[in-house]
Amino acid sequence: MKLYCLSSDAAKPCFVLSFKELMIMLDCGLSAHSVLNFLPLPPVPSTRLASLPNYTPPHLNDPLLEGELKECCGRVFVDSIPEFCPPLDKVVDFSQLDVILISNYTCMMALPFITEDTGFKGQVYATEPTLQIGRFYLEELAEWVAGAGGAAGAARRWKELLHVLPPPLALAARPRAWRRLFAPASIARALARVRVVGYDERVDIYGALDATAVSSGFCLGSANWVLRSAHEKVAYVSGSSTLTTHPRPINQAALRGADLLVLAALTQTPAHNPDHMLGDLCVHATVTLRAGGSVLCPVYPSGVLYDLLECLSAHLDGAGLAHVPLYVVSPVADSSLAYSNILAEWVSVGKQARVYLPEEPFPHAALARGGRLKHARSLHDDALGDFRQPCVVFAGHPSLRFGAAVHLVELWASNPAHAIIFTEPDFPYADALAPFQPLNMKAFHCPIDTSLNYSQANKLVRELRPRELALPEQYAGAPGAAPRPCISADVPTVLLRRGAARRLGPRRALTRATLSGALAASLAPRELRAGLRAAPLAAALRVRDSRVSLDEPPRRAAPRLELGAPDVDALVRELAREGVGDARVERGPDGCIVHLPRHDTLLHVERHATHVFCEGGADLRQALRRAIAACLPSV
Amino acid sequence: MPEIKITPLGAGQDVGRSCILLSMGGKNIMLDCGMHMGYNDERRFPDFSYIVPEGPITSQIDCVIISHFHLDHCGALPYMSEMVGYTGPIYMTHPTKAIAPILLEDMRKVAVERKGESNFFTSQMIKDCIKKVTAVTLHQSVMVDNELEIKAYYAGHVLGAAMFWIRVGSQSVVYTGDYNMTPDRHLGAAWIDKCRPDLLITESTYATTIRDSKRCRERDFLKKVHECVEKGGKVLIPVFALGRAQELCILLETYWERMNLKCPVYFALGLTEKANNYYKMFITWTNQKIRKTFVQRNMFDFKHIKPFDKSFIDNPGAMVVFATPGMLHAGLSLNIFKKWAPYEQNMVIMPGFCVQGTVGHKILNGAKKVELENRQVVEVKMAVEYMSFSAHADAKGIMQLIQYCEPKNVLLVHGEAQKMEFLKDKIEKEFKISCFMPANGETCTINTPTKIPIDVSLRLLKAEAVRYNAQPPDPKRRRVVNGILCVRDNRLSLIDIDEMCDEIGINRHVIRFTSTVRFEDPGPSVKTAEKLKTLLAEKLEGWTITISEANISVESVLIKVEGEDDSTKNIYVSWTNQDEDLGSYILGLLQSMVQ
Repeated sequence: MKLYCLSSDAAKPCFVLSFKELMIMLDCGLSAHSVLNFLPLPPVPSTRLASLPNYTPPHLNDPLLEGELKECCGRVFVDSIPEFCPPLDKVVDFSQLDVILISNYTCMMALPFITEDTGFKGQVYATEPTLQIGRFYLEELAEWVAGAGGAAGAARRWKELLHVLPPPLALAARPRAWRRLFAPASIARALARVRVVGYDERVDIYGALDATAVSSGFCLGSANWVLRSAHEKVAYVSGSSTLTTHPRPINQAALRGADLLVLAALTQTPAHNPDHMLGDLCVHATVTLRAGGSVLCPVYPSGVLYDLLECLSAHLDGAGLAHVPLYVVSPVADSSLAYSNILAEWVSVGKQARVYLPEEPFPHAALARGGRLKHARSLHDDALGDFRQPCVVFAGHPSLRFGAAVHLVELWASNPAHAIIFTEPDFPYADALAPFQPLNMKAFHCPIDTSLNYSQANKLVRELRPRELALPEQYAGAPGAAPRPCISADVPTVLLRRGAARRLGPRRALTRATLSGALAASLAPRELRAGLRAAPLAAALRVRDSRVSLDEPPRRAAPRLELGAPDVDALVRELAREGVGDARVERGPDGCIVHLPRHDTLLHVERHATHVFCEGGADLRQALRRAIAACLPSV
Repeated sequence: MPEIKITPLGAGQDVGRSCILLSMGGKNIMLDCGMHMGYNDERRFPDFSYIVPEGPITSQIDCVIISHFHLDHCGALPYMSEMVGYTGPIYMTHPTKAIAPILLEDMRKVAVERKGESNFFTSQMIKDCIKKVTAVTLHQSVMVDNELEIKAYYAGHVLGAAMFWIRVGSQSVVYTGDYNMTPDRHLGAAWIDKCRPDLLITESTYATTIRDSKRCRERDFLKKVHECVEKGGKVLIPVFALGRAQELCILLETYWERMNLKCPVYFALGLTEKANNYYKMFITWTNQKIRKTFVQRNMFDFKHIKPFDKSFIDNPGAMVVFATPGMLHAGLSLNIFKKWAPYEQNMVIMPGFCVQGTVGHKILNGAKKVELENRQVVEVKMAVEYMSFSAHADAKGIMQLIQYCEPKNVLLVHGEAQKMEFLKDKIEKEFKISCFMPANGETCTINTPTKIPIDVSLRLLKAEAVRYNAQPPDPKRRRVVNGILCVRDNRLSLIDIDEMCDEIGINRHVIRFTSTVRFEDPGPSVKTAEKLKTLLAEKLEGWTITISEANISVESVLIKVEGEDDSTKNIYVSWTNQDEDLGSYILGLLQSMVQ
């Protein structure tokens, strides 16, 4: 068993497990941190952004670099279509992948990079909500990045001159591997490959393994994967939560006792308690709205958004702000809101109980019917015709590099009455806001990441008792350095960094097969020692879809096999009993030679073998066989 | 030989009261627990005393599986769990769990409040019963206990209908419940993978029919409704709250929109409206088209179909009304029928099967005067139409399902005996597998091949694979593996002899016999060897014989020719003790050749 790590971002993991001659990719996360180095793409042309001064590194005159870099409040940005950091493609040949298993929709955004134009021929498995919501995320991203116009060409020259650029741009990790986003057509093709699975459904992987998605409690349809054969068990735990929110709770029992546990996508904000953050957010929003300001939450179109809508609307009702409208602006807002309400089988027990009444599991459908919640495809959508302030707007993208949020920040940045509240943990909020400086609107950081934190993860590992643990290196404690939260378990632990490959897990010795009843009935095992009976077995072997079955052989049953070493004196006695009485024994260094001159026959008796040079007839040979058999144990 | 035993307590050569007992590998499973709509006495419920004449039933049944919410499949469940006293696990899908209690309550009201029956379960019992149900999702593999596993597949038929695959050890059974192999207006077609069960228990309602095109029937239905309302007539469609009602609503809704009709369409308040809400929530269980378009327009938000109020009965002018119940035996549909029946321009369309004794059954048989419970007589002048929209697989669909899942045996239930005979013949001829059709209370036993799990050493398999792959490819060549079977704590493993020796700390002892044959054959020894090979190949057909220079090997027996040219050759034949038969045969062969 071998594990490859292809992602440097532990929250957007990508591993490849090679096992039983299969190449299994676990998640394909797309690291979007790289976009923070780019200038925002405003959906409406912005004079401020257009008039930012060019930046040229000191003592350098490179005409090719002309216009690629801009400066804003002392920071340098690349003026180009933003680029993303897909999983490493040099370590594993994507055309050799057999299966991709996706744990949740935040960890599948690089799928088109893996499956399209790479010769990929395998299967992709994900739960239905993962597929649908993943589709929303990908379509939203593609529409925003493409919709902002491709006027700016691809800036490339700056990547050659990293060493002369100021930080943080100079610290960008391997920008030459960054890629432009895929075209909408390749998203559709990539998603068409996904096969939908349910929780606890056993998916047969080419007969060699069973893969099962089990609930991970993190978001709608989020799953941990359990790979199982008759003798081995691997658990892949990614994006799990032990908190109670809207999705189905985590299924820990299925993960217990694995030979290998791969742990990824823990919380990105271990210092922040999601419950407290949600409370803070409600308070900040109320204060801002009371003062006549509006609130902008840069969010993804699904996930925590549902909880925000539910909690914030209830909180505003309690604060006497029930008249404040809530807007969700995203190309997929309508689908995402509608879709969440038909996933009765994927939500928590409490929400499920509502469906039995029958009522929608999430309250946002009722809010939308009441006119309190409005959703729009974009800011110039007719649905926002009666846009009223103060209001709360949920819009993407959380990086503030594209999408409706860019325009709203531009619009509201100068007014200190307004507030922007960051809830998504994927991006450092100061970096996200950097190209909008100087900023007068209030900015709050209330990251809500329900993934396992380190103490929860440590507790989980203790309870699951894996034989071996594999982690991205970021999660391990650094000896000597300042103590920080880390995963420490008393089981062998393998640390992985981007590009690493490690041999790990159990060594396989046995595989499961089926024995036909008829063949089993023809056997008569003898006791070799207490608790162990054995019989020689010859069987017709049938291997179909990697499944092995043993049937009755076409010819003869298996003969007995002799064990141990014969005692020569006993052999001579047995020979005499068989009527072969004139044995002469010559002892040598490696064994004995028993000479039967009357029969022109020699027996070379050694420790591991007896060689009979027999010139007598069949009767004699049978007598010899009986004599030898009598003084050797056999099976 | 391990056995699978099946005893239908209901639905054996019959429709209604589905309840099938399945036992295999020491587990007893009850498939469906339905009631018979045609009876009012104890024959209504399955005969649970068959399972145990007296005493607790729970220890005799490992689990109950309900395929869908129709009362002939779940109607006796509260009786079994609350009155007979079954406390074990009950499984059904989420939509079934949501909708079944509503139908049960509806049926209870009709039975107790209208017919005044006693010894029936109460509302509280229905609630308590449903609380004990474990809801499952499609394809989820549920371990009932360590050995019993069940898995649901999509069955079409009604919202939430499922087929169940059940496995104990190496034995498996698929129970279809009711299913539909063609997608309809709101549901998809049943689907199952090639799970190769030992037994397929399938319904056979339409065992002999190949239904005419669905489109034709729909066109017919719409034409009749349209003609009637154009003449100013009123159309009554008695339906059951869930299932057909939604399909017909979608049909009328799209037709009204397309033809721009203004005539009002109503459905009775209460059940159907609530039912539409269930369809909205469980839209993932409907067909692909509805699932794809639901964001823009939820198919179950009807624009043209409005709630019905009792005061509308006497409104003048044309209208179409959906009203419950479907057999015209009670309730609103019967009330409307009473008012509208005496007028020729009106019409009643019965979209489903009616049980004997109901008003629906009478008028379908052409009764012109119907006597009601209170001796009131209604003259029937309105047009009476029957249209079957019931979503069962027809003969073609059943054959298709058999093809999909490749069972080793088939058992027919939920159909009429005569029609079953026909289908049974067809299945046995076409698929060459046995087909059974037990009557109620009759036990059917099916033998299945024994398959014992065994752990095989990879070293052994790899060595075999190396040998096999070294030979020229031949798909017909048998692959043979030789090893030692070990039995420890009743667990079997097959390992290499050396592995076993290592393990028990004893060495293997190889015994080899070598005998010499003298042969007068001048010429190089290679020539002699070739001669011998030709001879052996003649005598030993089917054995692999290879030759390299003067060495011949017949599988594991070695033959070596030695000697100077132009003189007597020594032919050495050597074999291990295990090859005694072959070795002595070859030796004998060579000896006889020499003489």
